[in-house]
Amino acid sequence: MTLDLVVRQALQTLFVIAAAPLLTGWIRQCRAWLGNRTGAGILQPVRELRKLFRKEPVVASEASALFVATPYILFAAMVLAGAIVPMVATRMPLAAAADAVALAGLFALTRVFAALAAMDLGTAFASMGARRTMLVGFLAEPALLMVLFTPALISGSTSLIVIVRHLAGHGFVLYPSMAFAAAAYLMVTLAENARLPVDNPETHLELTMIHEALNLEYSGRYLALIEWGAGMKLLVYIGIGVALFLPWGITQSHGLAALPGAFALFAVKLAAAGAGLAVIETLLAKLRLFRVPEFLGTAFLLAVLGLLVRYLLGS
Amino acid sequence: MSPIDVARAVRWTRLPGPLPIDHGSVDSAQWRAICAQCRAEGGRLAALWGSDERAAGQGFLVHAIVASAQRRFWITLGAGDADPRFPGLGDLFPVASRLERALFDLLGVSSGAPDTRPWLRHEAWGPADFPLRRDFARADPMAPGAPPYPFVAVRGAGVHEIGVGPIHAGIIEPGHFRFSVVGDEILRLEERFGYTHKGAAKRFEAMGLVDGARLAGRLCADSSAAYAGAYAMAVEALSGCTVPPRALWLRALAWERERIANHLGDLGALCQDGGLAFGHTQFGLLKERWLQTHDRLFGHRYLMDAVIPGGVAYDLDAAACRSLDAECASILETTRRLQDIVDDHAGLQERFLETGRIDEARVRALGGLGLAARASGIACDLRVNTPLPPYDRLQTRIAVRPQGDVAARVGVRFDEIYESLRLIREVLAQLPGGPVRVPCDGHGGLFGVGIVEGWRGEVLVAITRSPSAAAHHVHIHDPSWQNWPLLEHAVLGDLVPDFPLINKSFNLAYSGHDL
Repeated sequence: MTLDLVVRQALQTLFVIAAAPLLTGWIRQCRAWLGNRTGAGILQPVRELRKLFRKEPVVASEASALFVATPYILFAAMVLAGAIVPMVATRMPLAAAADAVALAGLFALTRVFAALAAMDLGTAFASMGARRTMLVGFLAEPALLMVLFTPALISGSTSLIVIVRHLAGHGFVLYPSMAFAAAAYLMVTLAENARLPVDNPETHLELTMIHEALNLEYSGRYLALIEWGAGMKLLVYIGIGVALFLPWGITQSHGLAALPGAFALFAVKLAAAGAGLAVIETLLAKLRLFRVPEFLGTAFLLAVLGLLVRYLLGS
Repeated sequence: MSPIDVARAVRWTRLPGPLPIDHGSVDSAQWRAICAQCRAEGGRLAALWGSDERAAGQGFLVHAIVASAQRRFWITLGAGDADPRFPGLGDLFPVASRLERALFDLLGVSSGAPDTRPWLRHEAWGPADFPLRRDFARADPMAPGAPPYPFVAVRGAGVHEIGVGPIHAGIIEPGHFRFSVVGDEILRLEERFGYTHKGAAKRFEAMGLVDGARLAGRLCADSSAAYAGAYAMAVEALSGCTVPPRALWLRALAWERERIANHLGDLGALCQDGGLAFGHTQFGLLKERWLQTHDRLFGHRYLMDAVIPGGVAYDLDAAACRSLDAECASILETTRRLQDIVDDHAGLQERFLETGRIDEARVRALGGLGLAARASGIACDLRVNTPLPPYDRLQTRIAVRPQGDVAARVGVRFDEIYESLRLIREVLAQLPGGPVRVPCDGHGGLFGVGIVEGWRGEVLVAITRSPSAAAHHVHIHDPSWQNWPLLEHAVLGDLVPDFPLINKSFNLAYSGHDL
């Protein structure tokens, strides 16, 4: 039985690590198709990562240890997040750590490190990126917490495992409060993962960047780790969304027999979410930076509405 | 004596060629008086440059072309020999400041203006070397550790500077933009250029006048036909040759096609900067097909070497005319549909509207022209105000929007695409027969000017020939000289992340400016 747990845990973690570049590639490919372009194929991010790992990393002479350590910290934090979020199975050794609030804290931690490392060199763009990242983060975090509280109220726990068991175990029940929470979660996901309309992941204009500006001083394997970590972050966000709003298919059994099916179903959900993201990004233009607070304020409002609907109406 | 009387005392010579322009040699009192009067009449400084005529015993000459609504004057002032200087015009025309700095960098003629910072000179040659002097052989690059370029500093609580470029995160042209900001709000922008200075004026000296057309068409590739056209006009004016009507009409065709190609590309880039990748792809596709037609029928994707002194290098048969006409019809329909999408896209319009505003009074004060001025409500268009053949028979409708923001510059581009498509079909319908070129060897007079309304604005080429020596001097003036300062004002109060969008909405030339 213990071996079961470890195998499940290991498989999910490896899946997150391996699937992250493919998810990024899939979203780019969908965007290309929607824009009447051929696209570079879903393996392009893998090729880019391989290229970056082969390149010699150049680090500024003024850089401190924090600057060099941060890519590893970001990558490790995302691997951890990928391990504890129940994406394919609930029975995993680290699952007990899968507390929604703790996860939000983990994301905040990575953001602090990313911002500190960016300011480490004191260059204008990285500092600008750090400032903007903190602006987005400090508005997105309360909204994210509010989103998490609605399913927590329904299931009586902030543990993702309990939430998944509760929601998946009751068959298909429509919770109006969860609809509000899902809309808010989508907006937070877009903002936290530097997607349109908050940030343009494909921009080359250093003045408009948010997430990319943080990484301008990184190269080689450091940049590869950051890019890879960013891909995992998006995957984990989709994973949390699946656990909260579409938990059906996450196996709760003891054996390993249900695992292939659970992985397949999760892959389908990922592909659908990626395609949905691509549609959103194709339709939307980028927001003016000072409209981002309004965007995230709306997300917060929706999340609070969901909470109120649940708390006052019990639905 | 009033300025008007001073100006009357000048002996004006009408220069040959279709363009109404008078040339006069002036003294320094007349120099200032004529410019002051032009300024008072609402005119503007079209170009300012210098030439080395010491071999002919004239010392250094400083030239200016001033333009009022209908007339243009080319004034030439002797600046002396040993310590050449002339009265600056920066107080009358703000654009003169940078032109005078560039003039000093290249020729060592001083205007006495307080701003003595170099403009085109970086570290490629020293402060005592002046490349456009005829006796200049070569200069060694300055040793490392050149004094820093002092930007104007803004002080206050929370104010800091962001320096962007000349090397950017993407592959775009080099320019340096120094922002003084509070948070993400722009308090001041100062530009610095000269990174693409190629020494074109020096290169022209060593080329024959006719060969120079090839170089002129390569200085600013997006305006190749306009540059080569203005150059050809100047050579033709100098040599007094008459271009056959068919060539004039075919030139207009090339200029209008060049305008459309650039507007399509810019609209795509504006969509991309707004985050709407769809628009970028669609407009990019239209532009690419348009350029492929250039390649097929005009011999070059960017129309290089299509316009030559004496006429044009290409001719169109009836089948080619029919295919061009059909292409206009199809691109008109697609562009209209894309405009509907752009106009109805709330997110994109939110980015465009009220962003990068510059009002008419400011544009007039700075002497702005071309597309950017038309988007601020100024009806300036050479094709309309001074229609040279064949525009005198085409009744071009000017595209003017009063708002002066990014949306207005987008709107003017759409309007101009439709109008240029109409003009192209008109040209194809009325194209006269006959030869498409005549021999034009460049011999004849001393002064020649050509002006073409390129897609950014008026591209001006002035050629002077030394009366004694077999030497000539070519000066090319891009409208970006006038319009780069507009950008510095348009971004005030906007957000740093909106700068790329505002910059793209002007899309001014680096290469054509730096030369």
